[in-house]
Amino acid sequence: MIKRLFIALVMVMIAVIFINLAANYHESTSLSPLAYYYADKGPVEVGAANLVTAVVVTYRGLDTLGEVTVLFISAAGVGLLLRRTRRTQDDEDLEKGDRAEETAGRHKPASEIVETATQLLLPMVILFGIYVFLNGHLSPGGGFQGGAIIASGTMFLLLALPESHVSRLLIAITESISGFSYVVIGVLGVIMAGGFLDNRIMGLGTFGDLFSAGAIPLIYVFVGLKVGFELSAVLDRFRKEDTGPL
Amino acid sequence: MSFLADIQISQIVLCSGLGLVLIGLWGMLTQRHIIRMIIGFSLLDTGIHMVMVSIGYVTGGTAPIINDDVPMAEAVSRIVDPVPSALVLTSIVIGLGVTAVMLSFAVRIYRTRRTLMIDECTESKG
Repeated sequence: MIKRLFIALVMVMIAVIFINLAANYHESTSLSPLAYYYADKGPVEVGAANLVTAVVVTYRGLDTLGEVTVLFISAAGVGLLLRRTRRTQDDEDLEKGDRAEETAGRHKPASEIVETATQLLLPMVILFGIYVFLNGHLSPGGGFQGGAIIASGTMFLLLALPESHVSRLLIAITESISGFSYVVIGVLGVIMAGGFLDNRIMGLGTFGDLFSAGAIPLIYVFVGLKVGFELSAVLDRFRKEDTGPL
Repeated sequence: MSFLADIQISQIVLCSGLGLVLIGLWGMLTQRHIIRMIIGFSLLDTGIHMVMVSIGYVTGGTAPIINDDVPMAEAVSRIVDPVPSALVLTSIVIGLGVTAVMLSFAVRIYRTRRTLMIDECTESKG
């Protein structure tokens, strides 16, 4: 009872703060000095039409490296938590229970329509993901969004054809190579241009072209591949049957 | 209905975001089911993203992408602040990672305890 009262009190206090915040809010009518700089100099310095990409990949590139690291650590954590441990008697009893539950509510295999539609749509979903991360510097999108679309393709595959096999070795290799290449490009920025993750190690090209904005498309390809494969690995880990470490 | 005309568009987003934060916090504090607590966290997360995006809005602004409609010379006066959008992008990805780890903890708890009610996992309570 006291706990409920306490929760109610906390909620009311936070609500009062929020109402004040909302009541005194005024839309800004001009950009802040930092945003003004990005809008003014960004297209010339970085060459990216999408200013959010310019901020994410170049001006705040180090944050993005941290973000990729956090995602990697959480994927590793999921892998660690959901692996099958050494089989003790206890575990086997639990698994027997699992299996009994499984057979009780056993799902029918997917129908032919679902299977055919999956085979037809999956390449398109993955192609769209690649399109999104290749055009990250020109249109809404980027490495993380494209990676998420690729992972949703994997989700689609796992839902429609639960027996399908996802190669963990391929995932691990692709992920490591793209993560490593991303850091190498960042270090090349220190050597050949202005600083870590500077995109001017390659020519800026014509503004608005697919191959422009220096190293941004390259960085986003690596980020997209890394995120896509990482999220696919996470989804694969949540499957019921777990087969070995790789 | 004249008072409706005074409401700014980003204020609607701000208020919905703050509302979502409250709902999520309430869910995390009162629910005893682990999956419901995770849903509460997700709502809180989404609410914070909406608040951040609404703060970056500039009256009459459009997406910070330069193309034929928003030429480079007019960019400064016509776009919204790109910095909150970039931060929200980062925040979404981190929220996703945190949610994945929380869900795998839930799977793990269910495997060992056969329950998802937090009240029944009391032996580590101080």
